[in-house]
Amino acid sequence: MQKITEIKELKLMANTIRKDIVKMLEEAKSGHSAGSIGMADIFTALYFNIMKHNPENIKWKERDILILSHGHVCPVRYAAMARAGYFPVEELKTLRKLGTRLQGHPHNLDLPGIENTAGPLGQGISVAAGMAYATKMDKKENKVFCLMGDGEINEGQPWEAFMFAAKHKLDNLIVLIDRNYIQIDGNTEDIMPLNPLDKKFEAFNFEVIELNGNNMEELISGFEKAKEVKGKPVVIIANTVPGKDVSFMEGKSGWHGRVPNSEEKEKALKELNEIEKKIKEGE
Amino acid sequence: MINPEMHLIENLKEAKGIPSRDGYGHGLVALGEQNENVVALCCDLTDSTRVGWFKEKFPERFIETGVAEQNMMSIAAGLSAMGKIPFVSSYAVFSPGRNWDQLRVSVCYSEENVKIQGAHAGISVGPDGATHQALEDIAITRCIPNLIVVVPTDAIEGEKATIEAGLIKGPVYLRFGREKVPTMTTAKTPFKIGRAEIYREGKDACIVACGTMVYEALIAAEELEKEEIEVMVINNHTIKPIDKNTLINAAKKTNAVVTAEEHQIMGGMGSAVAEVLSQNYPVPMKFVGIKDRFGESGQPEELMQKFGCTHKEIIQAVKEVLEMKK
Repeated sequence: MQKITEIKELKLMANTIRKDIVKMLEEAKSGHSAGSIGMADIFTALYFNIMKHNPENIKWKERDILILSHGHVCPVRYAAMARAGYFPVEELKTLRKLGTRLQGHPHNLDLPGIENTAGPLGQGISVAAGMAYATKMDKKENKVFCLMGDGEINEGQPWEAFMFAAKHKLDNLIVLIDRNYIQIDGNTEDIMPLNPLDKKFEAFNFEVIELNGNNMEELISGFEKAKEVKGKPVVIIANTVPGKDVSFMEGKSGWHGRVPNSEEKEKALKELNEIEKKIKEGE
Repeated sequence: MINPEMHLIENLKEAKGIPSRDGYGHGLVALGEQNENVVALCCDLTDSTRVGWFKEKFPERFIETGVAEQNMMSIAAGLSAMGKIPFVSSYAVFSPGRNWDQLRVSVCYSEENVKIQGAHAGISVGPDGATHQALEDIAITRCIPNLIVVVPTDAIEGEKATIEAGLIKGPVYLRFGREKVPTMTTAKTPFKIGRAEIYREGKDACIVACGTMVYEALIAAEELEKEEIEVMVINNHTIKPIDKNTLINAAKKTNAVVTAEEHQIMGGMGSAVAEVLSQNYPVPMKFVGIKDRFGESGQPEELMQKFGCTHKEIIQAVKEVLEMKK
C-alpha cells in the first residue's frame, strides 16, 4: 500500500471520505452519520499512512489488523477501504441493501478486509485482545488497532478486556476511543459519565495519549508514538467532533442515528466542497 | 436386546461411575498433543472443568481470563481468527449462559473455530442449587446457526466428542455434567458427531435420550422387557445437526417415541426430535425432562428423583405413549 505522507493530501482524502459517507448514507436511507463523519480523519490516517496493509493481498501475514468495535460507524470504514482499493467506490451505493457485502453492521465473512464482525457493543475489543495475544504467542510483529466508541464503554465487557490486555502487557494493541461525547440518547456525561476517562485508563495500567482526533498532524504523530510504547497497551483518547465539517451535524447527538435526506445531502456536499477548496489553497 | 455392535459393557448395573467432564479433560490433553494450535481458556474454574490437566501439560497454551465469561468468548474468537483452535471452559450457566451474545456474534456468525465446554449442566449439579444448574443451555445453543451441539453420555464418549470437536472446523458446544455417571460405553463403541446410535433394538416404542439419561433409558428398557414390552433405545448425543434418518426410521419401526434429557422439556433435545418427527413421520410422543421450573439444592440423586429424570419416569412415559398409540 502506497503511503500518503503529505498532510495536505491526507486531509483531502478525509474530505473525500466524508463526501462518500454523506452520499452512501443518503442512498441507504438509514445508518449512523455523525460518528462516521467524525472519524474520517482517524480512518484516513490509519488506512493511508499508519497501517501496514495491502488491498492486493488482503490476508498478507505481516499486515496490521484493524478491529472496529463499534460496528455502527462502518460507513467510514467502507469508504476508506474503497478509496484504498479494497473494492470499487461504486459499490458504496449498495450499503444496507439486499444482497450487499456492505452490511448495516460489518460482517467478517461478507467483505474481504473486514477483520471482525461488530454490532453488539464491547465485543471487538476482546476480539482484538485475543488477536494481539495470539500474535505475541507466535512472536510476530503485527500491530492490532482497535477503534471504539465512547458510549460503547458503558458496557462492562471492554473493562474485562482492558484488564486482560494490561495483565498480558499487550503493547502490540493500540486502542483508540472516539471521544465525541454523543450516544443515541444524548451526551455521554448525562447518560453514564465516563470522565475522568484518562485517569480510568491510567488506573487500568494503560499508556494514555490524548489528542485531537480531527487534527491530521496530531493523529499521525500520536499513532507513531503509540507504536513505540513497550510493556503495556496504549489507549489514544481521540477527541472528535461528531459530524465534523458538516455544520448542521457538528456536535449534535440527534445525528447519531439518522441520515441526510437529499436536500441535506446537497447542503453537506456543498460545505465539504468549500472545505476541499480551502485545503487545496493551503488555508 | 442390546445392540452388540455398540460394544457396551456387559452388565449395565456394574458400570463404573466417572464424571463425563473427565472425558473432556483427557480429550483436551490428547488434542493438545496432536496439534500445537489448540489453546484452552478458562474463567477461574480450571480444576472443576478439568482444564487443569491441559494447563499442567501445556502451560504456555493455557489462558486464564479471570471471572469474565464474555471477554473469554470474544478473546477466543480473536485467537481463532489468528489460526488458533480455542477451547473455552466454564459452567454452562455462565458459558453459554452469560456470554450468549458473544457466542452468537463473535463466534457463530463470524464462523470462528471455537469450542465451548459447558460444564456442570443439569439438575444433578446438586447442592449448589438452581443458579448453578444449567437446564436451558441446549435450547439457547441449538437455535444459533453454524453451531454444533453435542451432549456426551459418559466420560469415554466425552473424550471422543472432545477430540472430534477439535478436528471439525467451526464452533461446537459440548455439554458435560458434574456428577459421576455410569460409564457404559467402551473404546470400541461407535461414535460420530451427527450420527445417533441405536443402543438397543425394540419394536414397541423408542426412547431417544442424551447425556446420562441414555443409561436411565437402558435400565428402563430392561425393566420393560420383564413386562414383555420391547423398546428401542437411541443415544442421540448430537442435538444439532440432528440425525433425521435414524429418528424417522425409529418412528416408522416403533410408532411411539419417548425422549429423555436432563434439561427443560421446552426447547431441548426432545423438542428437536419433535421438530423432525412432526414434519416427517408424526407418531405419539412423550417427553421426560424438567417441567418449566428452576432447580434447587439437594443431593444429585434426590434431585434426579424429585425432578423426574430417572428410569421410573421413562417407564411411565413409555406406558403412556403405548396407550396413545392404540
